[in-house]
Amino acid sequence: MIAPPKPDLVTVNIDGKEIAVPKGTNVIEAARLVNVDVPHYCYHPKLSIVGNCRMCLIEMGMPAVDPATKAPIMDPATGKQKINWIPRPQIGCGTNVSPGLHVKTTSPMVKDAREGVMEFLLINHPLDCPICDQAGECKLQEQSTGYGRGYSRFVEQKNVKPKRTQLGPRVTLDDERCILCSRCIRFSKEIAKDDVLGFVDRGSYSTLTCFPGKQLANNYSLNTVDICPVGALTSTDFRFKMRVWFLKQTNSIDTETSVGANTVVWSREGQIYRITPRRNDDVNDTWMPDSGRELFKALKAPDRLTSAETVDALVARAAEVFKQGPVAVVGSGRSSVEEQFLTKKLAAALKATTALVSRVGQGDKLLVSADKNPNVRGALVTGLIAALPSQKLTDLAASIDAGKVKVVVSVGEDLAAAGLTAAQLAKVAIVYLGTHANATSAAAKVVLPTLSVFEKNGTFVNQQFRLQKFAQAVPGPQGATNDLIVLAKLAAAAGATVASDLGSVWKLLAAEIPNLAPITYANLPETGLLLDATPFAALPFVEGETLHFKPAVAGAAVAAKA
Amino acid sequence: MAVITVERKPLTLAERTYLPQIVGGLMTTFRHLVAKKTTLEYPEQRPAIPAGYRGVPTLVRDPNGREKCVSCQLCEFVCPPKAIRITPGEVPADQTDRAHVEKGPQAFDIDMLRCIYCGLCQEVCPEEAIFLQNQFSMSGYTRAEMVNHKDKLYELGGTLPDQHYKWDKKLEAEKHGNAH
Repeated sequence: MIAPPKPDLVTVNIDGKEIAVPKGTNVIEAARLVNVDVPHYCYHPKLSIVGNCRMCLIEMGMPAVDPATKAPIMDPATGKQKINWIPRPQIGCGTNVSPGLHVKTTSPMVKDAREGVMEFLLINHPLDCPICDQAGECKLQEQSTGYGRGYSRFVEQKNVKPKRTQLGPRVTLDDERCILCSRCIRFSKEIAKDDVLGFVDRGSYSTLTCFPGKQLANNYSLNTVDICPVGALTSTDFRFKMRVWFLKQTNSIDTETSVGANTVVWSREGQIYRITPRRNDDVNDTWMPDSGRELFKALKAPDRLTSAETVDALVARAAEVFKQGPVAVVGSGRSSVEEQFLTKKLAAALKATTALVSRVGQGDKLLVSADKNPNVRGALVTGLIAALPSQKLTDLAASIDAGKVKVVVSVGEDLAAAGLTAAQLAKVAIVYLGTHANATSAAAKVVLPTLSVFEKNGTFVNQQFRLQKFAQAVPGPQGATNDLIVLAKLAAAAGATVASDLGSVWKLLAAEIPNLAPITYANLPETGLLLDATPFAALPFVEGETLHFKPAVAGAAVAAKA
Repeated sequence: MAVITVERKPLTLAERTYLPQIVGGLMTTFRHLVAKKTTLEYPEQRPAIPAGYRGVPTLVRDPNGREKCVSCQLCEFVCPPKAIRITPGEVPADQTDRAHVEKGPQAFDIDMLRCIYCGLCQEVCPEEAIFLQNQFSMSGYTRAEMVNHKDKLYELGGTLPDQHYKWDKKLEAEKHGNAH
């Protein structure tokens, strides 16, 4: 027995275990809290409940009371209040907890019901697991090990439905595998707000399809693939690429925008195969935009920067360049918090001015925000910049024109795209740190190849001022060096000694920045940690409203003006 | 420690002539001269391979000459010494008799320097496409030569009878099936 429940908690009994759960919780979620798995297909914690797969059937009952006196009826055999069990199984997803609710999830009736549901679901299922991309993460496969009968009693012909249908540019549909759970339909309607999917025909002929003339083409279409419990919806890009059981999962962050959607990177032997969302109820729920799933393709792009020279040789050349005159450092909102901190140290050692380039685009009110830099707030927290960056480096351009800046260190920023003319680029010596070639790297005196977000560890601060970490999924290419090492070596060349490994950098961060004081990279939770945002409350951030984020008043005013 | 003195028996006359021993040895020699041979002139002569022998793993075609492997990668997963390496791919739409299978191997490599001839790949194959057959002798001058690629595997495997014609049944169902 547990302590008396709080007013908003309801005590329920699941398989003999008492637990207090918040009002409005359904039986599947309540059972999860006592580590009881209720198998389900159509239920999804972030979607509305339809209860059409019937897999989550449970047996439930309520304590018996005398109808007239409302006095509890006691069971003389046990001395406890008698439970009136409902003689038919009920669906767990559609049953919300009520005080005193008793649930059985392992009774013979429940097992019978699950086996019956499984048999019906498998009647028209093609059982083509050897060629199905879902194999290995398929709920139907998993539940059929627990509740399948191992052979089929169905001697009639299976239904034939459309196969290899292109629902949109990124999603392939195999209707024969579909078990009609309608998760994808509900997702499109409720989350993506792009109502394009529906069932046509009746009974066992029911078929998932796009509405005539419509396509599943929105930027969230691949989430339907993630939530599909079977292999009906598959990613066209990942189709037949690799079996999921070979892939290593690494937690990462979507770097597209300042939303910082939590992701999992799936890789094998140094090659990334796909990126899927990771559940974080405070940031992205279980979703992520399609655009963020293709970022890994840039790793193998032909314009990837590598160098045959050693880092030390490159840094020595950069040190020569630093002697040419006053330096300006252009940091990046794409760098991690640690890199921005070392960039600040480098700038201090070089007595340089610092700037950041802002990238503003269109937000979609869901998981793409207007700020296309993932870590502008990290630069504010670390003190690399004091005010919000602008999109064009006009101050730097003026300084170059006036001859006040002779050397520019760019951390992955294309200065040409940030408003500097070719003539201005030619007037200064550029030291470029970056992953991919661009106009700035072409004009640079020294190019120091660095790593992408998938090839290193670090942290970002997202639009909620939530510090989130990402981990290395694959090794970097030969001839590219970790940004922290490059920045530390450059700072050393400029006369400042700073650490280059993540643990030591975090010790410095904790010592110098009170906002980050108790945190280390190792103890940062996977779901992130909210930082104190009050010092920056007055800044007019560009983001509009997105999922789980409402802009502060200052930002909203700017958005309204724009 | 006690010492036991052993008396050496004197040799008899027959033993001292060595003749009975020489004759006995020659009799054994002549008996084998006329007996049936138990050795083989390998490699010109080859031994008979018993049924169920686990030789070199090979890929087989069905009696219609079609590839059976669908690159499900279960053999790659189960292979204890990680000798198998498969690159899965999509069956091109112009292969009309196989396009409905959708998936087939782009590349299929078995490193015979790693293979331990355990037969788990054959056991696990859901399509009955990989078999350890009679071939028992592999040789090569380089390591690269000892990796059997897809074409070599099909050449070694040949064609085996098919009990099921699973995908033909599927195609048949698609043509005359329960569509409405």
